[in-house]
Amino acid sequence: MLVTIRLFARLRELAGTGELRQELASPASAKTAWDALIASHPSLADYERGTSCAVNEEYARWSTALKDGDEVAFLPPVSGG
Amino acid sequence: MRPASAGATARSSISGGYNSLQGSRVLRLSEHYVVTPDALDVARISALVESDACGAVAIFVGLVRDHNAGRRVLWLDYEAYGPMAVATFARIGDEAAGPWPSARLAIHHRTGRIEIGEASVVIAAASPHRADAFGACRYAIERVKQIAPVWKHEHFEGGDVWIEGSTVDPGDEAARLTAFERACS
Repeated sequence: MLVTIRLFARLRELAGTGELRQELASPASAKTAWDALIASHPSLADYERGTSCAVNEEYARWSTALKDGDEVAFLPPVSGG
Repeated sequence: MRPASAGATARSSISGGYNSLQGSRVLRLSEHYVVTPDALDVARISALVESDACGAVAIFVGLVRDHNAGRRVLWLDYEAYGPMAVATFARIGDEAAGPWPSARLAIHHRTGRIEIGEASVVIAAASPHRADAFGACRYAIERVKQIAPVWKHEHFEGGDVWIEGSTVDPGDEAARLTAFERACS
């Protein structure tokens, strides 16, 4: 399946991009997508703790299943306001 | 006085595009829940929630200040996951409708570069009576800080740093309770 990975703030800067396409073998979860991201961008590995994820613009768990075409976002600790 | 629809029920489709880097376009989920690169107009945002039945409006304005953690701040750059941020604002409106059913909320957050003294966020809560307006307003800003996918990049004298606050777990009832207790204190 092909998913879109979105990155924000520090994670975006470290990866050098805010959006990537990632091919994943089925079945896949948000964690699978993160692991694929780390394989291509090892500098993000230290940030798993403290990172939240969202699937199709809704907060999700690392175990949330992905399907073809999904957008999975990895979110550093937030600081709005 | 312009009529204001109940924010919590105004879940129309999200309109507008956005730029994930600087939020260069406006993104809104109804007029009440907005992420925008434009300067925030407090009076206009307040007018969104006012009605003839409303005896009180509580307004929170978050400003960019010139110091943080001993650093001299020059400006802040805000980044948002736009569509999710406005959906999160609507969720906060839904949450506030439980304890403060009479309160009507608007939450507008600015993105991009914001100078010292300018507003980064405006929250307006209107209600027939002041207690509900104050409660809903305080609850909303506490929840924005806990769960809204928005980040501030601080530019200070000598460098820059991403401010990392709250790790989001929207199902975290303890965090929600903390926000509620602060709203009622």
